[in-house]
Amino acid sequence: MIERPETAVPSIAQRNLEGYVGFANLPNQVYRKSVKRGFEFTLMVVGESGLGKSTLINSLFLTDLYSKDYPGPSQRIKKTVQVEQSKVLIKEGGVQLTLTIVDTPGFGDAVDNSNCWQPVINYIDSKCEDFLNAESRVNRRLMPDNRVHCCLYFIAPSGHGLKPLDIEFMKRLHDKVNVIPLIAKADTLTPEECQLFKKQIMKEIQEHKIKIYEFPDTEDDEDSKLIRRIKEKMPLAVVGSNVVIEVNGRKVRGRQYPWGVAEVENGEHCDFTVLRNMLIRTHMQDLKDVTNNVHYENYRSRKLAAVTCNGVDASKARGTLTKSPLAQMEEERREHVMKMKKMETEMEQVFDMKVKEKKQKLKDSEAELERRHEQMKKNLDAQYKELDEKRRVFEDEKVNWEAQQRILEQQKLDASKTMEKNKKKGKIF
Amino acid sequence: MISSDVEPGQGEKSARPLSLSGHVGFDGLPHQLVNKSTCQGFCFNILCIGETGIGKSTLMNTLFNTNFESAESSHFEPKVKLSAKTYDLQEGNVRLKLTIVNTVGFGDQMNKQQSYQHIVDYIDTQFESYLQEELKIKRSLHNYHDSRIHACLYFIAPSGHSLKSLDLVTMKKLDSKVNIIPVIAKADTISKSELHKFKLKIMSELVSNGVQIYQFPTDDETVSSINSAMNGILPFAVVGSTEEVKIGNKMVKARQYPWGVVQVENESHCDFVKLREMLIGVNMEDLREQTHTRHYELYRRCKLEEMGFRDTDPESKPVSLQETYEFKRQEFQGELQKREEEMRQSFVQRVKEKEMELKEKERELQGRFEQLKRLHQEEKGRLEERRRSLEDQLNGFSTKRAAAELLLQGGGYGGGGANLKKDKDRKNSGFM
Repeated sequence: MIERPETAVPSIAQRNLEGYVGFANLPNQVYRKSVKRGFEFTLMVVGESGLGKSTLINSLFLTDLYSKDYPGPSQRIKKTVQVEQSKVLIKEGGVQLTLTIVDTPGFGDAVDNSNCWQPVINYIDSKCEDFLNAESRVNRRLMPDNRVHCCLYFIAPSGHGLKPLDIEFMKRLHDKVNVIPLIAKADTLTPEECQLFKKQIMKEIQEHKIKIYEFPDTEDDEDSKLIRRIKEKMPLAVVGSNVVIEVNGRKVRGRQYPWGVAEVENGEHCDFTVLRNMLIRTHMQDLKDVTNNVHYENYRSRKLAAVTCNGVDASKARGTLTKSPLAQMEEERREHVMKMKKMETEMEQVFDMKVKEKKQKLKDSEAELERRHEQMKKNLDAQYKELDEKRRVFEDEKVNWEAQQRILEQQKLDASKTMEKNKKKGKIF
Repeated sequence: MISSDVEPGQGEKSARPLSLSGHVGFDGLPHQLVNKSTCQGFCFNILCIGETGIGKSTLMNTLFNTNFESAESSHFEPKVKLSAKTYDLQEGNVRLKLTIVNTVGFGDQMNKQQSYQHIVDYIDTQFESYLQEELKIKRSLHNYHDSRIHACLYFIAPSGHSLKSLDLVTMKKLDSKVNIIPVIAKADTISKSELHKFKLKIMSELVSNGVQIYQFPTDDETVSSINSAMNGILPFAVVGSTEEVKIGNKMVKARQYPWGVVQVENESHCDFVKLREMLIGVNMEDLREQTHTRHYELYRRCKLEEMGFRDTDPESKPVSLQETYEFKRQEFQGELQKREEEMRQSFVQRVKEKEMELKEKERELQGRFEQLKRLHQEEKGRLEERRRSLEDQLNGFSTKRAAAELLLQGGGYGGGGANLKKDKDRKNSGFM
């Protein structure tokens, strides 16, 4: 994906130059700088003891990696699988190469070899981890690249097929490192046996979907032809030797047998030169690039996804992988803020509703109270009125009666007065 | 981007030197690297800063021998704008993706205080995009179109006296973000002696103001001599022209004046060739490298520190990226939870308060209710009393009347018992 800066106008115009500019010199500048920096390469060799790994390394780099002062792992007896690295500095034609050879003594030598690949995987992962940490520091300095760029896997020349151990190992490592399978000690196979063996191995590799290192496509026709030829020869059958022998006046590296000399660098004897050319002269840079762009990136994204997704299942997590963990957190934060807002509004609503209810109830009670009070008052007033009415009636009656009584009293008085008078008058007749 | 290989001998265990007994063939490694880079193509981004009309576009056309179309800009831009255009160039078998970023309206405003800010922001934005890509979980850095500015050509007006204050301020702001290469524009208006004095003045002003311009690298023996020589001629006085004039029997790029022809590619006329050589032919790769390893790293470091990343935790133990991320994540989760809690708490608080308020009201209401009841009771009591008193009075009156009647009946009329009774009844009935 090509990303454009925001303010760039997304139009790329094709221009033809008229006259000398000078950026054709750029490759030379790059060349110069890379030579000054120097190069690094880490090569891992894996295989059972006695398959000739150390010898092959010595033959490849025309040097004695292991010597009396620096004995190799083959001199030691290992009970468990170890991972050992040797770092050497070699110079050629002004170019410096820091070569790290990683050996795995004890691989496949035990009686029970289940999980013998684990130390190897751990080593590869730890180198990726180191690089990831160095790359992720705030203060980054020079980042030494100790990642394993290539793993040569040695297959014993049984002539039949791959062993279960071979298949297991390659299956587990093919997505962590560039795996190049080799047939070791190829001088025990005749060319026909070798052909059959190779076919069988490639068939099994395809059956088990093992992804061995693939050569990149080139636009160059010649290169493509070369690559096709190499592909036909996979896996490469190699022979190594520490000894230089004279054959027909030439000094060659080879293995001396009573019946002849198996020459290491003879293309008809074995595929050693193919391996050397491919590994060192043409594809070393590509091996490093694939390690950096594919295997390391896989490791990194796995590691970081684990940190950010934390138990989120893979299907949901897929969309998050295009962001950095921090951007991911930012988005989660935003989502959370929205969620909280929603929650807040909901709670607010519920709260308001409840308050309204309660207020309404209070209002109702108050109204009820008012009403009752009114009613009672009315009642009392009515009773008062009634009482007053009664009293008034009573008063009236009383007044009337008293008036009556007074009249009666008056009458009685008058009557008795007349009687008195009459008595005084009447009785004298 | 080129992978970062380290200087030999600086690994955790230093490598022991070993001698080879023959030709192995890894001396072809640089070729492999170069081939890969060439296949991918190169990328270079130039920023041109200078006043309107100072000759930025013309110089770019002259440098790259093409006519990058661009309309002439006016002097009346309200703000400084940056316009970037990308071109695909090819020379030999080398493909270059060139991006030219022009500052439009620089130095035209009355108040130039904010002129440099847009430029700084633009540069930072490019760094930011790269950083974001680098931080992604699934990233593709090898495919990424690098838009970071690799070189900044700062065009100085040929006044012959000194740098303008805008120049100093702008360069000071940019020197830690980009490789600044100052050039004296329209150098055909300055004579040789004036030019020499002008260059000295400019350099001394830059030094005294602490401006770090780009120095051509002198650590590589192959180019150190030419680079250090060129460092002494800075800043380059350039003339640009896309028009051609016939000199002798060749057509050369030049500017025709009545008094003569200024040839762009004549080294005694101006430093154009030197600029081209240094900028493109010798140090283009170094400019890119400096941008990546120095300016970008500085930006990245500041940005990460701003975001709270550290290399060591408070106890000075080294912290890995995962640990930092996990820690941040935990912090983040904690913060979110805390916010949720706070919100809940505040709600609970409000509910409680409101409840108390409402309860208060309820109690109040209840109180009133009680009070009213009491009042009512009192009233009722009073009513009862009045009623009783009335009753008493009534009773008293009827007894009195009855007695009076009795007297009356007994004194005058006999058998008034029945009458009495009738009267009593009548009276009583009157009350009912």
